[in-house]
Amino acid sequence: MANLKLPYLAAAALSGALFGAGLYVSQMVDPLKVLRFLDFGAIPAGGWDPSLAFVMGAALIVMFIAVQLGKRRSAPLFDTAFHEPEYRRVDRRLVGGAALFGIGWGMAGICPGPAISLIAFLPDNLWIFLLAMFAGSLAGSVVIPSGHARRLADAQ
Amino acid sequence: MESFTPLTAMLGGALIGLATAVLWLGNGRIAGISGIFGQLLPPAQTVVWRLVFLVALVAATFAAARLFPGLGAGGDSPARLVEAPAAWGIPTPAWLAIAGLLTGLGTKIGNGCTSGHGVCGLARLSLRSLLATLVFFGVAVITVAVTGVV
Repeated sequence: MANLKLPYLAAAALSGALFGAGLYVSQMVDPLKVLRFLDFGAIPAGGWDPSLAFVMGAALIVMFIAVQLGKRRSAPLFDTAFHEPEYRRVDRRLVGGAALFGIGWGMAGICPGPAISLIAFLPDNLWIFLLAMFAGSLAGSVVIPSGHARRLADAQ
Repeated sequence: MESFTPLTAMLGGALIGLATAVLWLGNGRIAGISGIFGQLLPPAQTVVWRLVFLVALVAATFAAARLFPGLGAGGDSPARLVEAPAAWGIPTPAWLAIAGLLTGLGTKIGNGCTSGHGVCGLARLSLRSLLATLVFFGVAVITVAVTGVV
């Protein structure tokens, strides 16, 4: 079941590389820049940095086009099916999880992508954040009943 | 507004969009970082591509900073994490540990982060992702206002 074919892994590598380059070029690796976006209190004084919205906007446009292209195909290039999340229900877990993540994101300005990419620069205390994030993720899979987790995992 | 960098933001954003597009059209996978690292430990049969993705992500961040050092943190100025706001009386390592814990826990329970919900999910017009994105952005904005971390 594990797909170890070269084109498949090459696509994963290319995607990861583009992602890392994008995080650096957009400066979203910098937690302080992210926080300057989240700091809406700075809007009246003119110190607000709207860059993050431009990052998201550009990424969304490109991905939206890719999703439309994908709809014309029955399968991706290197796998037998699109692994579309099957779980569609809006529930308390979704909202509660997003809220917890929002608190963490607001405290440190680091979401999971930049957290990993910061390994390239090893700033002080990064390992503390990364280990805690990993532990939190593990704890979360305990909180979620296994059937639910499996369904989500399959959908991913 | 001197810190506002619309051009590099859009260029970097387009690269991130391209990254998610490659993984979707190539392998039919959602490039959600919390999902990718969150499934490294269980006996997942997908662990190889996840590791390849993450290693490439770190390597490309490193390489991009060497090629274009003028873009700031990680380039010609050091990347650094926040310090705990003095008023809270919490040491910085503990502050970051709490933040990391909540980030890992929240993205696992909510099944996605800024990339999985915010980019991939919104582009797929997923109602779940729209709601999640509104919630974590809203709560993060409130958290910054309450903690005074900036």
